[in-house]
Amino acid sequence: MELRGEGSGGVGRAGKARRGRSREAGGQAARALLGIEREGRARARRRRLTASPQIESSAMNKRKLKESSGTDGECISQVQKMLRERLCHHRAMGKLFGIDQQYKHLLELLKQTTVCGESNSALIIGPRGSGKTALLNRVLKDLREMKQVKENLLEVHLNGLLQTNDKVALKEITRQLHLENVVGDKVFGSFAENLAFLLEALRKGNRTSSCPVLFVLDEFDLFVHHKNQTLLYNLFDISQSAQTPVTVIGLTCRQDILELLEKRVKSRFSHRRIYLMNSFAFKQYIRIFKEQLSLPAEFPDKAFAQKWNSNIQLLTEDKTVQDILQNLFHYSKDLRSLNFLLMLAVSNVTVRHPLITASDLQEASKQYRMDSKANIVHGLSVLEICLIIAMKHLNDVYEGEPFNFQMVYNEFQKFIQRKAHCMYNFEKPVVMKAFEHLLQLELVKPIERPSVRSQREYLLMELLLDNNQIMDALQAYPNCPTDVKQWAASSLSWL
Amino acid sequence: MPILEHPAYPPATLLCLESLVPCRESQVSMLLSIFGERQQLSFPSIFIYGHTSSGKTYVMKTLLNTLQQLPHVFVNCVECFTSRLLLEEILIQLQNHSSETRRASPVPCDTFNDFVRLFKQALVSQNLQDQTVLDRAEQLREMEANILPAFLRLQELTDRNVTVILLSEIVWEMFRPNTGCFEPFILYFPDYSIGHLQKILSQNHPPEYSADFYSAYINILLGVFYMVCRDLKELQHLAALNFSKYCEPVVRKEAKERDTRKLWKNIEPHLKKAMQTVYLREISSSQWERLQCEEGELGQIKGLSAHAHVELPYYSKFLLIAAYLASYNPVRTDKRFFLKHHGKIKKTNFMKKHEKTSNHLLGPKPFPLDRLLAILYSIVDNRVAPTANIFSQITSLVTLQLLSVVGNNDQLDGPRYKCTVSLDFIRAIARTVNFDIIKYLYDFL
Repeated sequence: MELRGEGSGGVGRAGKARRGRSREAGGQAARALLGIEREGRARARRRRLTASPQIESSAMNKRKLKESSGTDGECISQVQKMLRERLCHHRAMGKLFGIDQQYKHLLELLKQTTVCGESNSALIIGPRGSGKTALLNRVLKDLREMKQVKENLLEVHLNGLLQTNDKVALKEITRQLHLENVVGDKVFGSFAENLAFLLEALRKGNRTSSCPVLFVLDEFDLFVHHKNQTLLYNLFDISQSAQTPVTVIGLTCRQDILELLEKRVKSRFSHRRIYLMNSFAFKQYIRIFKEQLSLPAEFPDKAFAQKWNSNIQLLTEDKTVQDILQNLFHYSKDLRSLNFLLMLAVSNVTVRHPLITASDLQEASKQYRMDSKANIVHGLSVLEICLIIAMKHLNDVYEGEPFNFQMVYNEFQKFIQRKAHCMYNFEKPVVMKAFEHLLQLELVKPIERPSVRSQREYLLMELLLDNNQIMDALQAYPNCPTDVKQWAASSLSWL
Repeated sequence: MPILEHPAYPPATLLCLESLVPCRESQVSMLLSIFGERQQLSFPSIFIYGHTSSGKTYVMKTLLNTLQQLPHVFVNCVECFTSRLLLEEILIQLQNHSSETRRASPVPCDTFNDFVRLFKQALVSQNLQDQTVLDRAEQLREMEANILPAFLRLQELTDRNVTVILLSEIVWEMFRPNTGCFEPFILYFPDYSIGHLQKILSQNHPPEYSADFYSAYINILLGVFYMVCRDLKELQHLAALNFSKYCEPVVRKEAKERDTRKLWKNIEPHLKKAMQTVYLREISSSQWERLQCEEGELGQIKGLSAHAHVELPYYSKFLLIAAYLASYNPVRTDKRFFLKHHGKIKKTNFMKKHEKTSNHLLGPKPFPLDRLLAILYSIVDNRVAPTANIFSQITSLVTLQLLSVVGNNDQLDGPRYKCTVSLDFIRAIARTVNFDIIKYLYDFL
């Protein structure tokens, strides 16, 4: 199939992009798919260059080709791959920001266990997204690279979401220590016996002490709810007795975790806590933004990397971008939210749009901060909006006391009879159906569970929107009849 | 001019995809850009919300099916309503993707721990993206507490390139667990505007008639129903049912296709009737179609609520009326209504009543059996003997759910009842025995 691209020039980004796209497609078969393009006198030259996937149309475009060599699809794909891994992957091996002290503390702790054979326990506490798992993974990675530690450390990773009771946890420990064969079909009297047997089995050969074992308990606050906190008790107990070097590290988002521990468990815990508090200022936040988006020096396409990095530098100095970051910083300081925002902006990077712009970030920020309930109200029908306004008036007059459908219908009738010219007086079952739709969307919630005995019209409910949300949503509502708007704005419903 | 573009997929596929999802191009292009190429990472979890029938399920299914390269798992949480059903269904679908032969035996999977292990085994390669879509995700809140947070973190727990997509009508704020969780990326599918609805509904026009004729019909339909309901599925259903009636004048050669006035006059009462019946599912669509074929009056439709009318014996009617009066009149007013010679009653306290405390807004109140019988004796003209006959009629009223029993069975004072019929119903009954019930109701004084 002949490719016909745009004639002399193909100037502008469109032409560049088309050429970029065709180069990225590579090979003649793929080019055949892009059959939309037209290229006039370049056909002859193309026949000469069929071997290489480059398309040259004229001398004037050679310069443009040199510029656009940085924006070809392969390069963009690599940029995307690298940045997505940095921003989305849970094992992101990038830099850790602002937690050097905690890093040193944890590293020391684990080194003591592996090198000196000390038993320890610690808790890493911090709000969601503050980097607890990232910190731990980084410390473990660096530890494994140290030469004293190479093969020495056994790790058991438990998660409160997966191991929902102690039996499952014990089976998981057995599995992760690869001791299923050793345990076989043995039946143990208690949890403690089982655990002691496992740790005994870890002694290798004639060594007097076994390998140090590291227990990592993610979502530590969920283990606290198991029966008698058996697992925690036994793990902390072993970490206090000097037989096997065992370290227990718990990660949790609850600041009050120590109050949840039983007395006997708490006394065996070493009370060593490492706090991650997202304690960086806005200046550092901007620097983090820049570093998260910059391409490293090892990136294969050096010219593009330089262009990219200088663009990022420009963005950090741009006022709009700083405002966006300021807004996000005020809302939540943790780096996970920042990563999400950047990920949205990065996903828009294509061959046609190779550099991130301030408007990308603005779009991403708007997407991130949408008011979801206002969006839902935007899509309701006019009858449903009238019902919500009736409920708003009931809440105003009776100061938030719960209401039922009959009362709402009564208010609606009053509106229809007195003020409405555009609303048709719908029958009660039709209004009931609209009301049930609101129930289904959970904008209105019943106070008690509906039973068979009570009639549907008299079930007490409450509205889960407040007045400001309703008024804002009405402003944005498309083609709202004026009667309805005026009714909403009037403070006394019977006037 | 094609709107959807993506480096990883050929434009022909994208063009096909675009034609299948009208008015949803921007959402699809956002999803495509987020997914990226197959070996790239993406958000670990995405939460998509939007109104009923705003196209969430349809767009996801079409997207994943058209782009064959994306292996995916699609599960409806209403169908798999326990965690075990849900997890096993996901594993079965994964197995079906990796091996072409359909495995008959489901792998037993009780806990999320086993699920993670089996998931890792099923998705051996770590790199290629896999999408797991959970439809009607609000049901996940009803399962065990660890299911929702664990699904949001599935990428981290299994160490595979998997994205979990949750579809729901309910906003994310109602899902968030107490101690927080891994926040998903939230995407909103906006509702269709009236222009969009018109465009989508006009696509289904039957080939015998022109597109203009059909869009005029859709215009009329939307004019009647848009204020009440914006649900695309409902509107499609109504459009399909009523079109034959709309075409009748043209078929009978009474009007031409362009005679909008005549067509409107013909169809408008019909649509209004449809709102009271088919829209409310009072009658089924087959009954509706049969009705359209008949030339008879539209007033003869017998809906579901018409069947609620029951023929009662004489004393039962009075029992019901007495029960209604007992439920909706406060006790202190009984003296005024039912005694021949009531003494002086202070007018001021008596006449003051707030609108809110009108019993017709609050619902029926429970009353003891004695009060019911007392009112009954006063409203029935002739003398009523308190035989077992009367009491058994009360029990049968309870069985018919016209009365309901309130309180425990072991109450020693006597049973208490509540009347659960509506005002219109009781007025109809009172009319048949020539009893003016409005005169006896406190709220209508």
